[in-house]
Amino acid sequence: MFSRAGYALKQTFSQIWRNKSMYLVSVLAITAMMLILGIFFISFVNVDMFTTTLNKDYNVIQVYLDENNDGAEDKAVEEAILALDGVDKAIYESKADALVKLKQRWGDNAYLLDNLQDNPLPNSYLVYVEDKDAADYVAEAVTEIPGVDDVTYYRDTIEKLSKITRFVETASMIAMIFLIVVSVIIVANTIKLTVHNRAQEIGIMKYLGATDWFVRAPFILGGIVIGLVSSLISTGAIYVIYSKIIGLIQADVIRMLSVELVPADYLVFNLLIMCAALGVGIGTCGSIISIRRFLAK
Amino acid sequence: MIIFDNVSKKYGGNIGLTRASVHIKKGDFVFLVGPSGAGKTTFIRLILKEIDADSGSITVAGKDITRLSRREIPELRQKIGMVFQDFRLLDKKTVFENVAFAMEVVHKSRKQIKQRVPHVLELVGIADKADRYPHELSAGEQQRVGIARAIVNQPRVLIADEPTGNLDPKTAMEIMNILEKINVRGTTILMVTHAKDIVDRMNKRVVTIEGGRIVRDEQGSYGFMDDFDYDSDEEVDRYVF
Repeated sequence: MFSRAGYALKQTFSQIWRNKSMYLVSVLAITAMMLILGIFFISFVNVDMFTTTLNKDYNVIQVYLDENNDGAEDKAVEEAILALDGVDKAIYESKADALVKLKQRWGDNAYLLDNLQDNPLPNSYLVYVEDKDAADYVAEAVTEIPGVDDVTYYRDTIEKLSKITRFVETASMIAMIFLIVVSVIIVANTIKLTVHNRAQEIGIMKYLGATDWFVRAPFILGGIVIGLVSSLISTGAIYVIYSKIIGLIQADVIRMLSVELVPADYLVFNLLIMCAALGVGIGTCGSIISIRRFLAK
Repeated sequence: MIIFDNVSKKYGGNIGLTRASVHIKKGDFVFLVGPSGAGKTTFIRLILKEIDADSGSITVAGKDITRLSRREIPELRQKIGMVFQDFRLLDKKTVFENVAFAMEVVHKSRKQIKQRVPHVLELVGIADKADRYPHELSAGEQQRVGIARAIVNQPRVLIADEPTGNLDPKTAMEIMNILEKINVRGTTILMVTHAKDIVDRMNKRVVTIEGGRIVRDEQGSYGFMDDFDYDSDEEVDRYVF
């Protein structure tokens, strides 16, 4: 068993070495395909996470209070809010609490807020509604309550983002199918050339009583090697680039906008698994296609 | 060992073999002769299950191969050794590696290969050239390697397809001596040839095919050929090695 596997592996690597330039071109082409796929994947995951995060807040309406309100007026606003249909609860967030939250969100850049003379953030109520339909009505109704300055409600943003997510998802799927087909064709052609180079040897093997799998194995393994090496290179490149992007942007701009990017380690690990599985699949399909007709002779 | 029972094979409208019946027993040495296109190649391809018969049955080593599935073909071919006119050695492998290759293909261990290959090279008289590459050998030596590769897995039947076709008369006889030696050790041999001199000299069973039919099956000489054109240089060349 082990000697058979060892023999197949030995054949695979000697075959790759003999046809190294062809294999190299294949690896580069598949790597390029996987890089494009990786970019689609990263975009999709990030947009999807952002939408999911906002979706969690669909039932929360932030009601900002007029800065001239006194305690009694704020209380009156609370009572008016709780009297509306569909409101579950209203939690008071003072301007001091709001500043603490913002500082936490800004992380290393929080020192920038230390220079503020006055706290510019208003007092507010976080109004929790029972469902999405109630949220529309409540968001509209609270603006009419005296002592309310402004209302923030994410529904429009969520809907727009959902549309973007769906678009990115569809585009990713189309790109993925197209790139997979192209990749399979590239691998199939590389393996086909290798098969032709070994035509005489394969013919003799068949006369000697070699099984189809014995003949096939080195070619399939060769295809898998192309897929795996390409997935490692592309994932490594994406990891480096994505980490740099996170390092440059997230620390300063994105964090201030309250947007989190998916961590590089988590994302790249998943990307690696996805690319490796894809690579193995592409390699296997490509090589089976190219040798099938040859074995049938 | 090989039984053809009323076997027919057509390629489109062309006849390959018509109602051929032959019984080759274990240990036989049989020459298969006949003009080009007579059906000799069809006969061999049917034994190797490269093609399927249209009708009739073919038994090889006790097994009806007309019913073999694709998966069972390797097992059949492991029972048959094949020697070619053009040797078909792998240029980038040494003599030893070419013969060892036949054992690797059927999953023999390295130890078995190390024991068996030198023994077989000795048997065909080429043990001293185990490290040479095919292009460093004469045609006769290359054919010895071809025979060694064919017998290294101890097949029940050895099919030699014009094994002396590319050799001079003296070398051809040396190859015939090796084949006879292998036959004496119990391997059934079926040899396709046009070499009248060899057939006559060996005095073995001769099966003659013409136009897809087996027209003669006798012990002894190549036989008189009614349609042999003694004025054609091409045809005369064909029968003198």
